[in-house]
Amino acid sequence: MTETLQLHTRTLSRRSFLITVGATGIAVAFGGLLQDASSASVAPALEGNYRPNAWLAIAADGTVTIVSPASEMGQGIMTTLPLLIAEDMDADWHKVRVVQAPSDAEKYGNPGFYGVQLTGGSESTRGYYKMLRLVGAQTRKIILASAADMLNVPVSELTTEPNRVVHARSGRSLEYGEVAAAGALPDPLPQATDADLKPSDQWRYIGNLTVPRIDIPSKVDGTAIFGIDVQLPDMLYGAVLRAPVQGEQPAIIDDAEARTVPGITHIVPLPYGVGIIGETVEATKRAKGLLKIVWTTSSRIRNYTSDRLLEEYRRIGRDLAQSGVSAATEGDAQTAISKAATVIAVDYMSDHVHHATMEPMNATALVAGDTVEIWAPTQGPTGTQGFAAEVAGTTPDKVKVNTTLLGGGFGRKAEADFIIDAVSLAKAVQGRPVKVIWSREDDVQHGKYRPLEAQHVQVGLDGDGNIIGWRHRIVADSIFARTMPQLFESEGGHDSVVTEGAHFNYAVPAHQIEYIRRDNGLDIGFWFGVGVGYTRFGIECVIDEIATAKGVDPVALRLELLKDQPRARKVIETVAQMAEWDRQRDGWALGVAYSDAFGSHCAEIAEVSLDRETGEIRVHTVWCAVDPGIAVQPRNIEALMITGITGGASHALFEQINIVDGEVQETNFDTYRVIRMSEAPDIKVTVIPTPEGPIGGIGQVGLPPIGPAIANAVARLTGGVRLRHYPFLPERVLAALNA
Amino acid sequence: MARLIVNGTPRDIEVDPDTPLLWVIREQIGLTGTKYGCGVAACGACTVHIDGAATRSCVLPVSAVEPDQQITTIEGLSPDSSHPVQQAWLALDVPQCGYCQAGMIMAVAGLLMQNPNPTDEDINAEITNICRCGTYNRVRAAIKLAANGGEATQRG
Repeated sequence: MTETLQLHTRTLSRRSFLITVGATGIAVAFGGLLQDASSASVAPALEGNYRPNAWLAIAADGTVTIVSPASEMGQGIMTTLPLLIAEDMDADWHKVRVVQAPSDAEKYGNPGFYGVQLTGGSESTRGYYKMLRLVGAQTRKIILASAADMLNVPVSELTTEPNRVVHARSGRSLEYGEVAAAGALPDPLPQATDADLKPSDQWRYIGNLTVPRIDIPSKVDGTAIFGIDVQLPDMLYGAVLRAPVQGEQPAIIDDAEARTVPGITHIVPLPYGVGIIGETVEATKRAKGLLKIVWTTSSRIRNYTSDRLLEEYRRIGRDLAQSGVSAATEGDAQTAISKAATVIAVDYMSDHVHHATMEPMNATALVAGDTVEIWAPTQGPTGTQGFAAEVAGTTPDKVKVNTTLLGGGFGRKAEADFIIDAVSLAKAVQGRPVKVIWSREDDVQHGKYRPLEAQHVQVGLDGDGNIIGWRHRIVADSIFARTMPQLFESEGGHDSVVTEGAHFNYAVPAHQIEYIRRDNGLDIGFWFGVGVGYTRFGIECVIDEIATAKGVDPVALRLELLKDQPRARKVIETVAQMAEWDRQRDGWALGVAYSDAFGSHCAEIAEVSLDRETGEIRVHTVWCAVDPGIAVQPRNIEALMITGITGGASHALFEQINIVDGEVQETNFDTYRVIRMSEAPDIKVTVIPTPEGPIGGIGQVGLPPIGPAIANAVARLTGGVRLRHYPFLPERVLAALNA
Repeated sequence: MARLIVNGTPRDIEVDPDTPLLWVIREQIGLTGTKYGCGVAACGACTVHIDGAATRSCVLPVSAVEPDQQITTIEGLSPDSSHPVQQAWLALDVPQCGYCQAGMIMAVAGLLMQNPNPTDEDINAEITNICRCGTYNRVRAAIKLAANGGEATQRG
């Protein structure tokens, strides 16, 4: 089976199409959606009889239950999205309860992200923002219409306060709960347009620093339910011994000893390994260790050795005779560079990295005949329906997905391999749920790593040091070729997520971006920040290299290249002030980097020191200024920037997956090193909202600048020693120092 | 058969004596707040208290726990999140995905029992739990908040 995310073009719904045609289109398409919803089934967890649409219900006690359509993996989305509805319906946030959406893309798909339920790409708030605010505005109009009927007054005389309809003229008012208890839904339902949205100066919740995240209390008392915590009556446990090399299959299975473990009920051969089902976790783990498998030896992945391949990618990047797919072209960069007074031509590289979500892959499935129910920490309920149906031999509409909380996602839980495990084993059992839990070793060794990647950047400068041409060649395998093959094909073999971030907002007269795919067969995936995580490494370090060549300050050079972009300049100027950029540090140095990726502006400055004996880099403090456009939850944005910076520092300094002859060498946190408390920088964040918008993404925004900021700081500390290979392992730092 | 006292309640559990305490707490007893993260005591997600001492339960065979030892999990730290560490966590919105936080809170509660006013160096040395959301800044601030009885300090 091909593991794709099933984000094929056929899933682009009529609704998503309409939304692309502008604001009027939203109201039209959205009205149709709402009218369908009141008669169709609503989310089962909604409480209360007053149901203006599929997104919420109001109970007689005034409780407003709002559906959260996206997966909560730590980014705060189950607060952010319901809050948008609450804002425009004028709900009292203290009376809001949030429930997770069932798998139903028609109702809850992201209109800005293929119309499916898939949380990723920093697309959730951006994609749902307008629709959910319109849901809130329409809900308010519906409540007003019901109340007007109850009070026997014209709608135009009514206003709202949180959870209350007010008729000022008569001094009467109705709690939303009272409307819910006695009011009838108007027929037809009033529609909402942009004109009904609350102006930003009347917002109560958007931009409010005091709105608490709704999921936090359960994460402090241990009651939060993640996928791994699902417990069902009669449940069995599953484990899977996977082939050590991707693509191999079990040729001979000797399970004689494994079957002797008390509590083992089934051993299930799979196309990629062997499944074990039993009464306890411990039994499945023990039996897994007793399986004796002879694996096939035909997989092409046996030729995959990451060190060797990266060196090959680097050579290809530098060899301009090897052409790739054009990802973007403005002007004639090649000709400009050929006439340049100075050419900077450098290679940047990054190793594979792993998500290592704290919650390892797991899923629980129940298969009974042609129906499937799944409980899983998934980023992609819609894709999960498709894969489960394929495994169980049924149709996606017969698959119900219960999305739990996710103990981290970072792109890994958009994949389907752990879902396929659970459904495969539950199918063998029939009628009893099976919870499959991956060991950490399974998780580390069978990841969907960030692509191994080399990039060659050439910049031509004129006699005054001005940029006249910029050529950027990115050599890597493709993520979309596996996960979205139709999109990959329709874009002529360009993978826009692998090259994401290569396109920037610096003013350069000629810019050429090329993608050279190397198909080496390994499954690679969406890692935190995806392509931007490495493309901005190259770009932001090269900007500093240009500043050095030109003899100008790196902050000043960025401001000059962004002179027509006030929001970009503002974050850079702010972060420079925060860090006291011009103040010399004794033995420490600062480095800066900026990114406009995901529709938000973010500048970071890292303060580093270096042990020249050991090659160890220490990041002391990081300052960050971010303009996400509309800042729905500023305090949560601060937290997400800290996440991006801490995780970004971790991957820039430590994280590395090595593959030798197709086998992953790292196994657990003792060999896959990640950042810990003692190594984490102190981080200061300033959020600079632009309330008039547009709204930017935020989940991944903090990550891309930190690596280049660290590398640029090291260069300034060492008189120009450049680190051009992620991660900056001590031996690599020492090699660069001694070069 | 093992006899365990978990959050004050004695439990008799039918279990292989080699089974790590973690899986007994989670799957047999059903207290799922304590998490599996690595199985090799490298990440701390499984931290519980045994007679008040923070302990990584994923590598501790259930047979190594004496029948009279008190095991406390996140669910038993306080009945209503009133423990000062939990209060500090709520005040500073520490969790993000939250998966590591039960272990983090139990590790910190254990530290503060031994050392009510830890320095940054003490925190670095003692709190080695992994958080992939990188909440370390807020964890550090919350430790100091809890240590100061709810009074905020400068750092954070």
